[in-house]
Amino acid sequence: MLGGDPHPVKPAPFSYADPVSVEEALDVLAAEGEGAKVLAGGQSLIPLLSMRLAAPATLVDINRIPGLSGITAGPDGVRVGALVRHAELLASAEAAGVQPLLGRATANVAHPAIRNRGTTVGSIAHADPSGEMTAVLALTGGSVTVATPGGREAVGWGEFFLGPLETSVHGPAVVLDAFFPALPARSGTAFAEIARRKGDYAVCGAGVVVTLDADRRVSSARAAYLSVGLVPEVHDLTDAVIGQPVDSADWTAAGELARGLVDPDGDLHASADYRRLLVATLTARTLADAGAEALTRMEAA
Amino acid sequence: MTTKFFGEPVRRREDARLIVGQGRYLDDIGPGAYAAAFVRSPYAHARVLDIDVSAAMDVEGLLAIYTYEDLTGPMAEPLPVLIPHPQLTAPRTGYPLVRDVAQHVGEPIVMVVATDRYVAEDAAALIEVSYEELPVVVGVDAAEAAVHTVHDDVPDNIAARHHQETGDVEAALAASAHTLSFTQYFERSASMPMEGKGVHARWDDADSSLRVYSSTQASTSVRAAIAAKLELSLEKVEVIAPDVGGGFGVKIVHPWPEELLVPMAARLLGHEVKWTEDRREHFVSSAHERQQRQEIRVGYDDDGRITALDVLVWHDNGAYTPYGIIVPINTATQLLGPYDIPVYRAVVNSVYTNTVVVTPYRGAGRPQGCFAMERTMDRIAQERGIDRALVRERNLIQPDQFPYDWGLTFQDGRPLVYDSGDYPAMMAKLKTLVDWDGFAERRAAAEARGKLLGIGMAPYVEGTGPGPYEGAHVQVLGSGKVLVSTGLTSQGQGHETVFAQLAAAELGVPLEDVEVTTGDTRRFGYAVGTFASRAAVVSGNAVALAARGVREKALRIAAEVLEADPADLEIDEGLVQVKGTPGASIPLRTVAVLSNPLRYAFDEAARQATQFAGPGDDSKPPVAVGDAPGLEHTDYYSPLRSTFASGAHAVVVEIDPATWEIAIEQYAVVHDCGTIINPMIVEGQVHGGVAQGVGGALYERMAYDRDGQLTNASFMDFLMPYASEVPDVDIDHQSTPSPLNELGIKGAGEAGVIPGSAAIASAIEDAVGRRIAAMPVSPTELYDLVRSDAERVINTSPHDSGAMA
Repeated sequence: MLGGDPHPVKPAPFSYADPVSVEEALDVLAAEGEGAKVLAGGQSLIPLLSMRLAAPATLVDINRIPGLSGITAGPDGVRVGALVRHAELLASAEAAGVQPLLGRATANVAHPAIRNRGTTVGSIAHADPSGEMTAVLALTGGSVTVATPGGREAVGWGEFFLGPLETSVHGPAVVLDAFFPALPARSGTAFAEIARRKGDYAVCGAGVVVTLDADRRVSSARAAYLSVGLVPEVHDLTDAVIGQPVDSADWTAAGELARGLVDPDGDLHASADYRRLLVATLTARTLADAGAEALTRMEAA
Repeated sequence: MTTKFFGEPVRRREDARLIVGQGRYLDDIGPGAYAAAFVRSPYAHARVLDIDVSAAMDVEGLLAIYTYEDLTGPMAEPLPVLIPHPQLTAPRTGYPLVRDVAQHVGEPIVMVVATDRYVAEDAAALIEVSYEELPVVVGVDAAEAAVHTVHDDVPDNIAARHHQETGDVEAALAASAHTLSFTQYFERSASMPMEGKGVHARWDDADSSLRVYSSTQASTSVRAAIAAKLELSLEKVEVIAPDVGGGFGVKIVHPWPEELLVPMAARLLGHEVKWTEDRREHFVSSAHERQQRQEIRVGYDDDGRITALDVLVWHDNGAYTPYGIIVPINTATQLLGPYDIPVYRAVVNSVYTNTVVVTPYRGAGRPQGCFAMERTMDRIAQERGIDRALVRERNLIQPDQFPYDWGLTFQDGRPLVYDSGDYPAMMAKLKTLVDWDGFAERRAAAEARGKLLGIGMAPYVEGTGPGPYEGAHVQVLGSGKVLVSTGLTSQGQGHETVFAQLAAAELGVPLEDVEVTTGDTRRFGYAVGTFASRAAVVSGNAVALAARGVREKALRIAAEVLEADPADLEIDEGLVQVKGTPGASIPLRTVAVLSNPLRYAFDEAARQATQFAGPGDDSKPPVAVGDAPGLEHTDYYSPLRSTFASGAHAVVVEIDPATWEIAIEQYAVVHDCGTIINPMIVEGQVHGGVAQGVGGALYERMAYDRDGQLTNASFMDFLMPYASEVPDVDIDHQSTPSPLNELGIKGAGEAGVIPGSAAIASAIEDAVGRRIAAMPVSPTELYDLVRSDAERVINTSPHDSGAMA
C-alpha cells in the first residue's frame, strides 16, 4: 500500500507552454500527448492541480492566442470565443437579446471573482454536469467548434458530452468556440437553481424554453437540468402542457412529468429524492416564468 | 480612571493594517526558510509496518526526513495531557510522529524538510508507508458499543466519566408531577480560522537560542513546551504569535506536533524552517468539536417549572485527550443556563473515536449544553400547552438570587457561582426586540405567500474570564509614547484597540500615543492564553492595574517637580497638571525622562535626563530607595473565579415547503457582558459568533464515513456559510456589571455562537411542526423529516401553531 497524503495542496511539477496560434497549440498538444492539458481561465483546472487531483505534465495556455476572443451575436445565434470570460458574456446585451438564457445562466455561475476569470467555453470543455453553461448548450441545441490537426469541425452537444468531465474530444484538440442558437419566435426562457450557499455548485438547476403557437397556447416546453445526471439532460415536457393556454397551463403537471424522467444520484448535500423534488419545483416555477415571457415577447413582436 | 475612551465605540486600530495587506502572518515570515511537509496517515486506524524513504532520497533539494525513530529524549515521549483531571481516568495522547499506530486520518507519520514546499511535497509523495489496517471506531454510538477499541488498553473507549450532581435526582424525578425523557444528537464542526496553523523556527547557533513564531493562542505556554521537549533552558527560547488569522479555540491546543518538530529541525539543520498548514491538513489534523449524544430526563410541575434534571451525555473526544475534559465539563455545567433548577445531575462519558481530536471551539461545549436545555424547555412547553417564552420565564433565576451558587465545580476548578445578571429583564428585552407576542400576524402573512414561518428562542449563561491570571506591563517613553504589553495573544479580536482604550483612560493620554503588543514572550513572559472569553476580563484588568501603577509613579515624580501634593494632580491629554491651577503642569513624557536619571547624553531626551541636568535634590539619590528607574509598571490580575455573562437569541425562519430551503428572516440578540469597554467591538464579536452559530445549525458538519475518512475536507463540501448566508443581527445590550472585578466586565468572545443551534432548531420545529432532534439540519434532511413518521409537535404560543402541525 502506498503511503503519503493523497491530497497535498501544491501542484506537482509541470511544464508550461504559451503558444500564440492554434496550430502551435495543437503541435504542443500532439507532442506532449495525453499528459498535456489546455489552460484557459483555470477556475477548475488550477484547484485540481493545487490539490494534486490532476498532475498533467504540460499546461498549454491558450490565453495568448489571437482570434479566440469575442462574442458574435447574429440572427441565428451567439458564438462565444474560447477566451470569453463568464463576466463578459453576462454583460453582453447583444448576446442576451439573441439568446436570453446566456445571461440568465451566467449570472448563476459561481461568484464574481470566478466569473471574471473563468471562461464559458472552458466550463463547457470541462463537461461538468453541474455546470450552468453545459446545460444551456444542451437546451439550446448548441455546438462547439473543435480544432484538431485534421482541421476544424462543429460538434453538436449531444455528441460532445460523453460523461462527467468527459467529452468526445480525444488527442490533440482545442475547443475554439461554442455556438448557442437563437431563441425561436414566440418563445420565452427561464433559469433557476438551488445551491446550499449562494454561488456554490447547484444542488439542482433548471433552464427551460417555452414556445407558444399563434393562439398563445403551449406548443413546446423543454428543460435542461444541472446536477441531476452524468451529462447535461434535456427533457421534452410538452406532453404535459401541449395546447394549453399559456396563462393557465398546468406547469405543476410538467414538473411532475420531469420528476419521473430524471434519475439523479444522492450525495452529501442532497438525496436523490430531494433532487427529484427540486426538479419538479424548479421545472414548474421556471416554466411559468418562461411562459409569461414568451407571451410578453409575442405581444411585443 | 477617566471615562474618556472607556465605553466608546473607538474604531479598531489594527484594521487599517490588516485590511490593506500589511498584516504579518506566519507565512509572511522567513521567505528563505526551508519548508516542512508531512506524510500523514491515510487510514483512520492502522499500524505502521514500514516506512520506505528510498525513492524520496533522490529528490533534488531534499534536506531531511524524520520519522519517530529520529526522535530522542522528551520528543520521543507522548505529547502532554495539558489539563489533567481526576475523572480523566484514561488520558491518551499521540507522539509528535506516529510511533506504532495511527489513530486518525491525518496524524503525522513522517516530516520532510526541503528547500521549498514544492520539493518537500514531491519528496513526501515518494515516501512509501505500509500499514496494517485496524478496525475503525467512528461516532459516539460505535464508541459506546465498544465492539472495537481505539486504544488497546481502553476496552470501553471511555476516556473520562465526568459526574456532578446537586442532589438526589432519582428521588426528585420520582417526586415530580410530570417527567419526560428523550435523546438527541449534535454534530461535529470546527473552528476553521481563515489562517491555519503554522510554525517558523530559527536557531541561533552562536547564542544557542531559538526563536519561534507560531500561529498560536498561547505563546508563553508554547515556549515552555518547546523548552521542555527540546531540553532547552527557558531563557533560550522566544515564542512570538505574529498577526494570527483567527483562532476560535483550535490554536489554544499546544504543543501541536509541528510546533515541536519544526523547531527541532531548525536546530538540527542550523537553518530557518517553516511549515504552513494547508486547508486539507487543517481539516484532518487540527481539531474539531461538538459531537454528542444527549439523553435527557426532566421532571416538572403543572406550570412547567423544572423539579429535576438528569443528563447523560456521550461526548466524542476523538482519538486523544490533549486538552483534558474541558469541553465535557463546560457542557455539564453550562447546560443549566439562566434557570433555577433545584436538583441536577450530569454525567458526561467522553469517548475515544478514530477521528481528529476534539478540543474547545468557540463556545466549547456550551452550544451543546444550551441545545440540551432549550430543547427541554420547548418540550415542557409543548407537553403543558404553555407558551415557550412563559415556560422559560417561570424557570429563570431571579435578580435577588445572586450570587447564585450551584454547588457544582466549573471548568476552572472553582465553584460554579453566577456573579450577577438580570435574566427576566433580558428575556423581556428579547421578546420586545423580536416582537414575540406579535408573531401571529407575520406567520399569517407568510402562509398567504405559501411559506412556513417559525419562531424560536434560546437564552444562555456563559462563564467567562477564568484565571489563573494575566499580567501587563505599561511604560511611558521619553517620546511620550506609551507601550502596553500583555502575554496573552490576539487573533483579530481587537485587543490593540481595547487594551489601548484601557491604558489611555487610566493614564490620561491620547489614544494614538498608546502601542499595544500581545503574545510576544520577549515583551511579557508570564501569561496563560486567549480562550474562554477571558482577554478583556483578565488582561484588561491587568492593563488597567499596570497603567494605574504608572500613573501613581508619574504623579509622585511630577509632584516633586511641581512642588504639589500628588493628590492634587491630574493627567489629561498627556499633561500632568495641578487641578485648578493653569500653567502648573509638566508633560508626562518629561516625567518619563525625569524618571530615568542618566549619565550619558546621546539624544535630546537623554541630555535632559543626565543626572547633571536633573531637577533633583542634592541630598537625595537620583533614584529613591525602593524605587526603580523608568516610568513603567507591571501588574497582574487574578480573578477569584469566572464571571458569568448572559444573553438570549430569538430567530424567525422562513421555510419554502416546495424546496425546504431554510431562510433566516430575523435574528435578534440581547447580550449582557457587564460593563462594555467598546460596544462596536462587542457587537462585532456577537456578529461573528452568530455567523458561526448559523454555520453550525444549518451548514457545517464533519462528514466522516464509517472508515473514518473525512469525506468533505474542503471548503467546496464543508459548507462554512458565506456572508450571503449570515443574517443581519438586531442587537440590544443589557449591562449587569460583574462584582468580581473593578472594571465590572465579563467576557464577550464566545457568546454569539452558543444559542444558535438551540434557537434555530426551535424555530424550524415551530415552522414545520415536526420534532427536531438533531442538529445541524439541511433542506434535504428537512424534506426527509417531514415525510417521515417523526413526532408531530404543536407549540402553544400566543400565535397559531405550526402550519404543518
